[in-house]
Amino acid sequence: MTSDHAATSVTADHAVDIDKHVRIYISVFVALMVLTIVTVAVSRFHLPIPIAVTVALTVAIIKGSLVACYFMHLISEKKLIYAVLAVTAFFFVALMVLPVVTVHDGFWIH
Amino acid sequence: MDIPYTVEIRRDTGLTNGKIGIWLFLASEVMLFGALFASYILIRTGAPSWPRGDTMLNVPLATLNTIILISSSVTMVMAWASLMRGRFGSFRMYMGGTILLGFGFLIVKYFEYSAHFHEGALPHTNNFLAVYYTLTGLHGLHVFGGMMVNAYFWGPGAKLWKTNPTWFTNRVENSGLFWHFVDLVWIFLFPTLYLL
Repeated sequence: MTSDHAATSVTADHAVDIDKHVRIYISVFVALMVLTIVTVAVSRFHLPIPIAVTVALTVAIIKGSLVACYFMHLISEKKLIYAVLAVTAFFFVALMVLPVVTVHDGFWIH
Repeated sequence: MDIPYTVEIRRDTGLTNGKIGIWLFLASEVMLFGALFASYILIRTGAPSWPRGDTMLNVPLATLNTIILISSSVTMVMAWASLMRGRFGSFRMYMGGTILLGFGFLIVKYFEYSAHFHEGALPHTNNFLAVYYTLTGLHGLHVFGGMMVNAYFWGPGAKLWKTNPTWFTNRVENSGLFWHFVDLVWIFLFPTLYLL
């Protein structure tokens, strides 16, 4: 195979790859729209607060994961970025847990 | 002096400097919004009573804004995909759409805020409104900032495409990462403020 042929083949592969990505973006868009409707519809039932919070946050986490994995390409990212996000996630969870623990008479505040 | 590793990959990180830079910035943004969310949890769980968001806020307008912002994330990623395919005209169309959708989001927000102001529902009225204005106001500033960066790449910044298309594509990818993050924050703000 000549280098010209090789270059054409690589470009064609690249275009097919991007086409595949575009199809995924459209599927994710549809999923996000459906999940938005689900979030609003569930809120109309006026469920008890603990159940409503669980459902709303579960749907939000699914939607957020779709955006992060596909639009932000986290599904195929380099290890260094995963490492940065792991540290961030640790401190983020600590931030979320801190007020809950203090309010519910945990080990820091009596 | 040229900025290093804008196009070529650094061997130690496996990334361009712009890419690692934007992710470190987004990590700091997670902590910024995280601190505000934590404050919200603390204020809400410590309050003797707390209003449901849908009794005080306009859910249909917020749902419309959710649809607008999700659509803008799709046009943003399509703008980047257009550059990857070498289609500059298509990039201009999608990036223009992203900017207009961002503008639409802020217009809807303006109507929401105006209605609240008319009713006398101001940040100092109660803790719920203080949290609402702080979180949505900061988010709105991020939408505005992202729009400015995107407008630069749609307009004067697009000259780079002629001289260094790979660098331009990388820059658009990085501004896209910020835009998707702004969408992601709204995905959590919408149910927590408006529906619960």
